[in-house]
Amino acid sequence: MHIHKYERWWLTFGIGMLLVFLATIAFAAFADNINPPSGLQAIDPTKVSKTPPFDHPGLRRLPDGNYEAYFVAEVFSFQPSTITVPVGRKVTFYVTSPDVVHGFYIAKTDVNMMAVPGWVNSESHVFSSPGTYLLICHEYCGIGHQNMFGKIVVK
Amino acid sequence: MTQFLTMTQLRENRVVIAHVYTATAAIVVGALFGAAQGLSRASAVGAPGWFDYYRILTMHGVLMALVFTTFFICGLSLFVTYRSIPRERKMTLGWLGYWVMLIGVLMAAVEILAGNATVLYTFYAPLKASPWFYIGAALLIIGTWVVTAEIFENVLWYRRNNPGVPVPLPAFTAAATFLMWWIATLGVVGEMYLLIPWAFGWTPGINVMLTRMLFWYFGHPLVYFWIMGAYICWYNIVPKFYKGNLFSDGLTRLTFIMLLLLSTPVGIHHEFMEPGISSTWKMLHTVTTYGVAIPSFITAFAIFASFEMAARRLGRRGFWQTVSSLPWNNPAFCGPAYGMLLFILGGFGGLVNASYSMDMLVHNTIWIVGHFHVTVGGPVALTFLGIAYWMIPKLTGRALWKPEWALWQTRSWFIGMLVMSMSMHIAGLMGAPRRTAEVSYLGSAPNEWLAYNLLAAAGGLVLLTSILIFAAVAIGTLVANEKTEDMTVEFAQPLPGSEPAPALLQSLFRWGAVALVLAVLAYAGPLLEMLHHPVFLAPGMRTW
Ligand code: HEM
Ligand SMILES: [Cu+2]
Ligand SMILES: [Cu+2]
Repeated sequence: MHIHKYERWWLTFGIGMLLVFLATIAFAAFADNINPPSGLQAIDPTKVSKTPPFDHPGLRRLPDGNYEAYFVAEVFSFQPSTITVPVGRKVTFYVTSPDVVHGFYIAKTDVNMMAVPGWVNSESHVFSSPGTYLLICHEYCGIGHQNMFGKIVVK
Repeated sequence: MTQFLTMTQLRENRVVIAHVYTATAAIVVGALFGAAQGLSRASAVGAPGWFDYYRILTMHGVLMALVFTTFFICGLSLFVTYRSIPRERKMTLGWLGYWVMLIGVLMAAVEILAGNATVLYTFYAPLKASPWFYIGAALLIIGTWVVTAEIFENVLWYRRNNPGVPVPLPAFTAAATFLMWWIATLGVVGEMYLLIPWAFGWTPGINVMLTRMLFWYFGHPLVYFWIMGAYICWYNIVPKFYKGNLFSDGLTRLTFIMLLLLSTPVGIHHEFMEPGISSTWKMLHTVTTYGVAIPSFITAFAIFASFEMAARRLGRRGFWQTVSSLPWNNPAFCGPAYGMLLFILGGFGGLVNASYSMDMLVHNTIWIVGHFHVTVGGPVALTFLGIAYWMIPKLTGRALWKPEWALWQTRSWFIGMLVMSMSMHIAGLMGAPRRTAEVSYLGSAPNEWLAYNLLAAAGGLVLLTSILIFAAVAIGTLVANEKTEDMTVEFAQPLPGSEPAPALLQSLFRWGAVALVLAVLAYAGPLLEMLHHPVFLAPGMRTW
């Protein structure tokens, strides 16, 4: 099949762009370790309130000075609804749901994950500036969805 | 010179008219709901007590994403197949498909309006809707399978009776679109197979991640279905409006084959933020998703090359002379043309969403809603509205009523969509979520969210006005105008003397088999990984 000279240039340019984009993503993933949350821990959604550590959700300080925060997303609130974390420390968020699918999104950050019944999802973040961040359920979960939010206070 | 249509062609037209006007009804009602959503989210007017945002949103998503698009693409594909393969035929399958689809839609709509299925158009389990909603949705899909069978039957008939001759391009592109659709809908029908017994209470729980994977196995090809519908118009029909030609028969077939291959092995890009799928598979689906750049680049080139060839024949040269030689006063041209402009913006946004690292910044924010309005709501819908201005006279023999209104309709839709979706993009970058009745969070939300939502609501009102104009023209043509129009249809041809497509690009069904293999390869890994973990079923509930 004959392909016009200009079209060949154009497609070379297009495929070149494609490779540049993919290389950028691969670089971010493998060199900077920027990967989406992909928790692979299963949990029985009907027993969340009895499964540690989700039986006592909240913030834990680790021996190395970093933090773990366990959240239960349920209709129509987060447990706990507010936590206070220090600036500059790594916080790893763990979230699951005992009922329907919820979202776990800290507005204006890249903490953005789905809370799916049957699974624990997780993501780490270092807050570099103090302030009060809005934690939002950003997946439709029912009639009270628009009021399902919490707060992350960073000091 | 007036040409008369055969009785068969007049009967074919009736099936197509039914599809096009059902699609029109869907987009008009859907737009009413869309405008109401915009106002609610902007807290512009106090919503009355009976206003149930999520019920309206479910209806909007279903009417726009599933009903308007599907009915229009079925009507369009039947039309181009019938007209490029003229023969005596029975309308049995054509009507059967239409009625099965319509009954399915009515069942689902009754359940949604009654408040028994406020699960949005994605019906994510374990939100548990009435089983009749799922059965209605399944019927809609099964109706499209009948349409698929009708298109394939015609293509196979043509092959039998014209050995060695390529299938006419319009029928080829329609068949490629429905082959892709058939492979994709296997996923959602599989999902229904799990959801329906569960909704009846016959099974105790549901594997949530499995249903999500099946849904998005279908959900991404769904958007290529829309795009391929628009491409059918851009390649076969639009060049006729400026007396132009098809740029290349072979490359057009290649574009459709690539979309067929790249439609299913990409669905996990909708699940980047989900547990239960490791980042290896997410990365793999990122790579295959970006593959769509190639058919998109081919299409962009073909469109501009076709414009330029036509302009040169008139002795026009250079960018501005080419642009100004196009028929900017023909609404049938302006719809697709403004749509193409919006599609450039949609492409930029898509690059962000498909990148698994950048998606973390925008996933489930209102940016995403901005993105799909500037792809399906803009380019696809505007193409279909514009093509309707050409098709309705061809189908009814009646000249378009108030063509100057139609022209303003395409312009106002372009502007409304630009305003609405750009505001949504910006608000999303500022963190405003999607799928919410309002965005105040009891006063905790930043003020700029509200400001951009107000702007989006204003865009929505422009869009609502625009679609009412469309409805007036579509109905006005039926009732007010005389039958004077020439009903014969011609499709764009390659320049005389250009070479035919190589045989490799003509064997559509062989490529369908390759597409199935790719789909299996892309999903075997993540499925096995998921089932390797303990499977806990969720009982499900009604949370509305
Ligand atoms: C009058 C024109 C339209 C207006 C004013 C409008 C408005 C809206 C708004 C405000 C939302 C977001 C609601 C939210 O996330 O809370 C939305 C969602 C949506 N719109 Fe539109 N829209 C219009 C046309 C269209 C068209 C033509 C299509 C597709 C063909 C479309 C497809 C969708 C879909 C699929 C959703 C997502 C529903 C969901 O999240 O479940 N819209 N629309
Ligand atoms: Cu929610
Ligand atoms: Cu997609």
